[in-house]
Amino acid sequence: MKILVSVKRVIDYNVKVRVKSDNTAVDLTNVKMSMNPFCEIAVEEAIRLKEKGIATEVVVVSVGTKSCQETLRTALALGADRAIQVDTEDGLDSLGVAKLLAKVAQNEAADLIIMGKQSIDSDNNQTGQMVAALLDYPQATFASDVVIENGEAQVTREIDGGLQTLSITLPAVVTTDLRLNEPRFASLPNIMKAKRKPLEVITPADLGIDVGSNVSVIAVAPPAERAGGVKVGSVAELVDKLKNEAKVVS
Amino acid sequence: MSILILAEHDNKSLKPATLNTVTAATQIDADVHVLVVGFECQAVADAACNIAGVSKVLMADNAVYEHQLAENVSKLIVDVASGYSHILAPATTTGKNTLPRVAALLNVAQLSDVIKVESADTFVRPIYAGNAIATVKSTDSVKVITVRITGFDAAASEGGSAECEAVTQVIESDRSRFVKEQLAVSDRPELTSASVIVSGGRGMGNGENFALLEGVADKLGAAIGASRAAVDAGFVPNDFQVGQTGKTVAPDLYIAVGISGAIQHLAGMKGSKVIVAINKDEEAPIFQVADYGLVADLFDAVPELESSL
Repeated sequence: MKILVSVKRVIDYNVKVRVKSDNTAVDLTNVKMSMNPFCEIAVEEAIRLKEKGIATEVVVVSVGTKSCQETLRTALALGADRAIQVDTEDGLDSLGVAKLLAKVAQNEAADLIIMGKQSIDSDNNQTGQMVAALLDYPQATFASDVVIENGEAQVTREIDGGLQTLSITLPAVVTTDLRLNEPRFASLPNIMKAKRKPLEVITPADLGIDVGSNVSVIAVAPPAERAGGVKVGSVAELVDKLKNEAKVVS
Repeated sequence: MSILILAEHDNKSLKPATLNTVTAATQIDADVHVLVVGFECQAVADAACNIAGVSKVLMADNAVYEHQLAENVSKLIVDVASGYSHILAPATTTGKNTLPRVAALLNVAQLSDVIKVESADTFVRPIYAGNAIATVKSTDSVKVITVRITGFDAAASEGGSAECEAVTQVIESDRSRFVKEQLAVSDRPELTSASVIVSGGRGMGNGENFALLEGVADKLGAAIGASRAAVDAGFVPNDFQVGQTGKTVAPDLYIAVGISGAIQHLAGMKGSKVIVAINKDEEAPIFQVADYGLVADLFDAVPELESSL
């Protein structure tokens, strides 16, 4: 079974986000970039399936400028077998990315596509579902448990109010939620080894995909600041304020 | 222009998230239709007909739609979508699961988690966990949108008198099958619609200590939430999680107990009207957004709070 995993290079999880002063975008100059945390979970899940002997090959793909090769090398160091960079400008919309990934999945004849449920920059939570729709594949989003058996994936999903289990026939798309697994760290020898693993660069034209978008970003502004409040000295004072000042407790 | 909304429901009752989505829709255009897809869901359709501002309800009632599998529902929506300028769903796990498939099938973009309507083609949505707010314009022929329900007030659930029309298309994928569901049973209000929320973080120490919060929640009729740190540590299930990767809430009162206030948690609760923080670390970032901060050991303060309410 071949698994395709998509990875995205995003602002590091711990970096404080600042909006550019001209309100056009978030300032990414000299900011630490990392693999999107949900994509790390996706890579980890694929590698575990390979370690269990269920998957035979794990291919990672990233869509973006040359700098995303760094993210692909990280995935290779974690245990992926080979990598594909689809060379594009940054900032494609999800549909464009989904079309590219769907075409790569088709060319690779991937049996399972594992993706993060959302990226922590654009927070869209849509690319996996779009890839599934474009390929007419079944999907299991927000996965917290994946069991592969007899050409099917039995997936437990994190839904509002609890858990849902679906059985989907491969080929299929799974998107990862936080509790699916805890990603490993790459060891130094594996980081060195990853430099020699194959990394192929292709273009949207090679795939025959037009990534034009009808959505434009007009402005990016910082959020309204919440005025800082007061410290209270005791529980009694807190209850008094809630009852008589904020009037949210009767 | 007409707008189609995918109703949020469990076959028995219409979920309040639908009402907030109706408000978002009426800010785009007056002609708002609601699509109810489910099984034995007449009561849901009846409730949808009563929502103020809804002019028509479409109901697809068939056993194949019992669990609202995205593969089937998305194709059904595309089937009935012609003539609509906008397709909306609340940004719940159901809406997020289904609507991107609809967008892809229609070859248009999706605008996720919209918090404000600027005009029929321009919308506002948070990015980077709410640390930046983007205004986006779509020139797609159909706008597919998920609505963050805390961004809009609920429409009145009574006062409407829409007609209900049956949708008879049956779309069934044989490649996706429902196996089981484990829903948390609780007498408490749902997190996303509760007017008071008491949340615990890593400072709670373990899952048993969440019982402390229950006493306060009982007194206030509150829902119980948690930070990602508390969920990651295994104190409580993931459906308690408030934050970028969990639920977005905006209650009248949010009490954060033993929560440091990581960016990703603030993203999920800083729309709350009044925020209370109880934490023994006076440098904790949660105090920067709290209206009332109490620097104290939660194991002393929470029982005292319970007894003084």
